[in-house]
Amino acid sequence: MTTVMFLLGALLVVLVAGIGLAFRSPGIGLLVAVGGIGFAVYQWANSDKVAMRAMRAREVSPQEAPELHGVIDRLCALADMPKPRVGVADTPVPNAFATGRSPERAVVCVTTGILGMLTAEELEGVLAHELSHVAHRDVLVMTVASSAGIAAGALTQGAQYGAFFGGGRRDNNNNGGLPIWLVVLVVSLVVYAVSFVLLRLLSRYRELAADRAGAYLTMRPDALASALQKITGGINQIPQRDLRQVSAASALCIAPSISGVSLKTLTSTHPSLEQRLEQLARIQAELSRPSS
Amino acid sequence: MGLWETITGRSRPKLANLDSLFLVPSAAITLQTAAGLTPTGDGSVCFRAATGAGFHQAQGDVVELLRGVADAPEVQTSTDAFGFTWLQVHRPPDDTSGLCTDLHAVNTTLESAGFGPALLCSLIPFEDATGRRVGLVYLYKKGTFYPFAPTGPQQRDNLLELQVRDTLSAELPIEPELSGWLALWGAPGL
Repeated sequence: MTTVMFLLGALLVVLVAGIGLAFRSPGIGLLVAVGGIGFAVYQWANSDKVAMRAMRAREVSPQEAPELHGVIDRLCALADMPKPRVGVADTPVPNAFATGRSPERAVVCVTTGILGMLTAEELEGVLAHELSHVAHRDVLVMTVASSAGIAAGALTQGAQYGAFFGGGRRDNNNNGGLPIWLVVLVVSLVVYAVSFVLLRLLSRYRELAADRAGAYLTMRPDALASALQKITGGINQIPQRDLRQVSAASALCIAPSISGVSLKTLTSTHPSLEQRLEQLARIQAELSRPSS
Repeated sequence: MGLWETITGRSRPKLANLDSLFLVPSAAITLQTAAGLTPTGDGSVCFRAATGAGFHQAQGDVVELLRGVADAPEVQTSTDAFGFTWLQVHRPPDDTSGLCTDLHAVNTTLESAGFGPALLCSLIPFEDATGRRVGLVYLYKKGTFYPFAPTGPQQRDNLLELQVRDTLSAELPIEPELSGWLALWGAPGL
């Protein structure tokens, strides 16, 4: 999924760079950049409606979902934040999300799948995580960050044309060097790749920040941890079975998990379950330290 | 939340505002004279019990502290459906200031143990001669009060609540947003 998205984006960059080269004007790149940033801002401004429509979610009133509203009411009172609207999406996929251009216009949405899968405490942990996204204004932060990426791309294109024309004035021969179109293309792609990785890095950081704030809000890091394990299907990652029951064949398969930077850890939007559980365990240790 | 906290994503848990609770005894007198509502002698603090030994110890300290004095009130704890803990204190109905001191002791003990952000609200129920009950709820994070008068499951007496608000608006900081008047179904003492 990530690879497909990355390649599609790269294709778009190539296309824009190609069009820019074909017309020999930096104006095209600028136009596309303005369009891209405009689209990002539009998405941000309407993020509540867009996301709700994309997930086929509908808003629910306190009468329709008293428990859900009760939990959110209390969490908002604990955190002293305005209560967002509440939505439910009718899909078996366990998921929850929060969007909206500001905490006042936010919407928190859960799927029926997650409602059926989690216990009340775990659901509360997930909702606290989503409310922390709202409080941290993560939609705005990610919009600004991706706009910065687009602007950086536009600047490189502009700079290349500057160098192209400037070079033309000084020394118009491009002898022995790479063809200019290739330089433009490669630099555009490199800028795109770097901003892609940085955006994902930022996204993972914000997820961890929301985990932390959510855990401190409910004071139950363990509930969020077990919810994450259920949702990611990672309940099997820390085995429940007794070591002695593990059959000889599967004992051969136990390999140390390869830690370190892989392509997957660099490009995923969410931190690994291991990382998130580690942070929650640290918070748990801090909360349960007896006061002297 | 400040700009820097938003950018870094490091929000701090909101601390509780404990001071306004001492405005309750005079408000209780006003309610009694103006609306015929008398305190029932109950009072409770609603908070989020954190996992682990630290909070367990702090909660034990609170109960011990309350029971340790000569005219000790009745103390009991219960857990509601939302996973919040209610620590209930009962004193003779005419001793509202003693009740507030007890509730304040709960708050300060929890806060000094570092669990100030865990405090949700405090509830002091009142009753009139016909048996109607209304609770005065104090939201720790906002530092405001609001009335809550349940009449049945998922039903509240809004007229009585508004009457209480108007009676007390000169004395107590009342929560201005009606949407912030959180319902507390099944709260102890109501």
